[in-house]
Formats: sequence, C-alpha cells, structure tokens
Amino acid sequence: MSEIPGDLKFLKSHEWARVEDDGLVRVGISDHAQDQLGDLVYVELPEVGSAVKAGTGAAVVESVKAASDIYSPVSGEVVEVNELLNDKPETINEDAFGEGWIFLVRPSDRAELDELLDANDYEELVENEDH
Amino acid sequence: MTEKTILNATHRALGARMVDFGGWDMPINYGSQIEEHHAVRRDAGMFDVSHMTVVDLHGARTREFLRHLLANNIDKLKVHGKALYSCMLDERGGVIDDLIVYYLGEEFFRLVVNAGTRAKDLAWIERRAKAFDVQVKERPEFAMIAVQGPNARAKVLGLLHEVDRPRIEKLGKFSAAAAQGPHGMPLFVARTGYTGEDGFEIIVPAEHAIALWEALAAAGVAPAGLGARDTLRLEAGMNLYGQDMNESVTPWEANLGWTVALDEGRDFIGRAALEQQKAAGVPRTMVGLVLDDKGVLRHGQKVLTANGEGEILSGSFAPTLNKAVAFARIPVGEPGDVRVDIRGREVPVRLVKYPFVRDGKPCEGI
Repeated sequence: MSEIPGDLKFLKSHEWARVEDDGLVRVGISDHAQDQLGDLVYVELPEVGSAVKAGTGAAVVESVKAASDIYSPVSGEVVEVNELLNDKPETINEDAFGEGWIFLVRPSDRAELDELLDANDYEELVENEDH
Repeated sequence: MTEKTILNATHRALGARMVDFGGWDMPINYGSQIEEHHAVRRDAGMFDVSHMTVVDLHGARTREFLRHLLANNIDKLKVHGKALYSCMLDERGGVIDDLIVYYLGEEFFRLVVNAGTRAKDLAWIERRAKAFDVQVKERPEFAMIAVQGPNARAKVLGLLHEVDRPRIEKLGKFSAAAAQGPHGMPLFVARTGYTGEDGFEIIVPAEHAIALWEALAAAGVAPAGLGARDTLRLEAGMNLYGQDMNESVTPWEANLGWTVALDEGRDFIGRAALEQQKAAGVPRTMVGLVLDDKGVLRHGQKVLTANGEGEILSGSFAPTLNKAVAFARIPVGEPGDVRVDIRGREVPVRLVKYPFVRDGKPCEGI
C-alpha cells in the first residue's frame, strides 16, 4: 500500500482533505479505504455549487461489494468534482491520494480543519484496525 | 467459532482478503475481484468450495427416500455418476435448501448442500431417513475445488493420470466420475459448476487438497474468491440460497419451477402445498433486471411496478456486462415501467429474461 502523504488530514471514516495553495480543500478516500472496498465501479459525485456539511454524506462510492457514503471533512460549497471518475471509477483504486480525488470544497469554517486527524494519527488508526 | 478449510493458510499466503461466509473464514478476493471474474470468463479460475457439505446416503431404500425428500425426481438419474439439481422443501413448499445429488450406486447417492444450511439440512434429512433405513453420513474429510472457465477442463485433464484422461474428457455435463490426480491422489470429478462456464467441481480428500491447488496453479489456473463466484453465478442466472430463496418462498416464486417434477403418484415433501399454490395462483414472480444507467442494484432495494412493490434479491455490478444486473421478486401481472429506489432516487430498469451471460458472452437482449 502507498505511503500516506504528510500534508493530508483525515476523518476516522477514511476520507482525506488537502488544503490547496488557493485555500480550497480537496477531498478523497484513503488508500486503505479503497483497498477495503475493493474494485470501485461507480461514484456518485455531489453537484457543483451544492453545500456540504462536515461529517455528513456528500458523495457515494460503490464497489462490486457495497455502497459507501463519503463524508465531507469540512463544511462549505462544492466548487469542482472529479469528472474523470464518471468513466473511470477505478482511478480511486489506482491512485487514491492523487488522481482519484473526489471533490473540491470552498470551506466556510477553516477551524474545522483542526478537528481532523493528521497523517500520523491516521496511520495509527489504520494499524490498530488491522489488528 | 469460525471454521477454516484445509486451504486457509494457502489463501492467506496468496494475500487473500478473508471474510466470514456462513460461519467459514473464506477468501472474498486475492486482489481484484473483477480480474478474477474475467479470468474465469476468459481462461480458467479456481475456487475453494470446501465449506460446502458432502453428505453420503447409503441403504437399499435410498432411491425411494430421495423420491420423498426432493422436489425434483431422482428417477431422472439412471446412469452411474449422473447428477441432478433439486430443491429440498418443507411441508409448506418453502425451500429448505437447494442441492446437487449424484447417483453413485443403487444403494449409494451423494448430496452436496450449502455450508450455511448444514446443520438444519442434516437434522431434516436424518429425521426423515430413519423411516427408510437410510444411513446419513457427512464427509467432512473431503475438500472441494471448483475449476471453471473455457480452458478449465483442459487444464484439469493435463493433471490426471493418463489412463483416466480420455474417460474424463468425455464426461458429459452434470456427470461425475472417479479419477487419479497428481501423485495418484483419488479425485471425484464432476462436470458441474456455479459460474455459467464449463469446468469441473472436484472433491478431494483434505490431505491432498493443497497439492491439488498448487498443481492447478502451476497449470495456470487463477485463484478466484467468493466475490467473483457471486458475480459469475448472478450473471449466469443461478440462485443463491438465503438471498434469492428460503423457507418463506416456494420454487414457483424463485424461478425454480423447472426443478420441480410433478410426476404422477410421487409423494414428495411440500408437493401438496405447491399444487395448492399453483391452483390458487402464485402471487409473486422472480425476474431479471438490467440497469442501463450508472449505479449499482443491490440486495434489499425496493422495486416499483404497476402492481405494487417488490424487492431486489441478488444484485451487483456485472463485470462481463459493465453494468448492474439483479434478480427481483415482484407481484405477478403486467409490471409496466419498472423502477428501483436507489437511495431515494427512482431509477428506471429493464425487465429481461436471464441468464445474463452464458459461455463468456452477454445473452441476447441484455
């Protein structure tokens, strides 16, 4: 499994958030999460312009096995979605922390970012889950 | 407690993701479920199905007993080694289990039943076998490996003792025979399966199962998990016990009418209830659904028809078709435009005749 990039923040439910240079927050699921889900076959993306709330469902990913809600790590407005996933949902399996990002949020409350786990805490969480 | 097959460590060494399946610790995939699915459709794959239960029946009145126990007619089996698929019903016509029965001798028949139903099946069979003086013997010392795909038979044949090859090569569909495998190990080779592809299901003494698995792998047979087995059998239009039928459903309502033999004068368990339901009108029917749009049909989703609501039984993304398909049980009658409720959204689906896939290719109209 690939290294967890140090600049990411995480929800316990395995979503990652990356604060971009322009202050927008990019969201995806962790490599561990995609590995648990197995081959992804469909991603239900949020609508651009819609409002998301921290810790509540914003998207859905479906593997052959099951459907899973994707929670937004921060509240705000969706400004972009990863259209590539409409045709190639398996991009998440291949590159969960990069090309497989899901949506981009303009955060309304940057303090919410401080509530998230950092990469080390998340790594520990995953390790404990595996045992 | 979770049970393990003899191949458990082999699966783990291959990096399998293990899940609990009917009380057994089984591999769901070894990496990519979709690749394993394609390996079976295009070449050859193997499944550890040792969790399934082998039950041998012995006694002079075994055939008579099976005439009573099974909804299909055991007298269809006239040739040694022939197999029959049947439901075992309760008095109300509900499905206790579906199984395969092999004819191995006038006083010897072999059943292969589901893992999740093992205890209730054995209790049911034993209770009724007594009156027929039939001995019921579970065979936990056997493992079972299913080898499936267009190249599966050739790859298995290459591992058999050469004196056995011509005979096993000629083995007809739904027939079984004994043969010698690698290192002379004794095999029971059946030309049956649960994928819609040609192939064999091989019963092997547990102590030889790892050697057989490794020989198959060396012959180029890809390990495949229960995840791929599920999408393969769904595409092939085959029911899964517990999901597509159970005691609350009759064979008429599970598209299993073809397995019920209402031959004159045979008094099998559940017959009266089945005849009564048929006369009164069967209220529900099982149909195939295809979702042409994006999304995935799943077990438990609500199906909306002109005659009322039904529900999805087995549903999944179908890798061969690259879209979702499902079985659903809906009220009888002209259903009109059928929709499925996916997370509160009503999505139109097409009602189709299944199987969805046979011998590697999508069926017409899918």
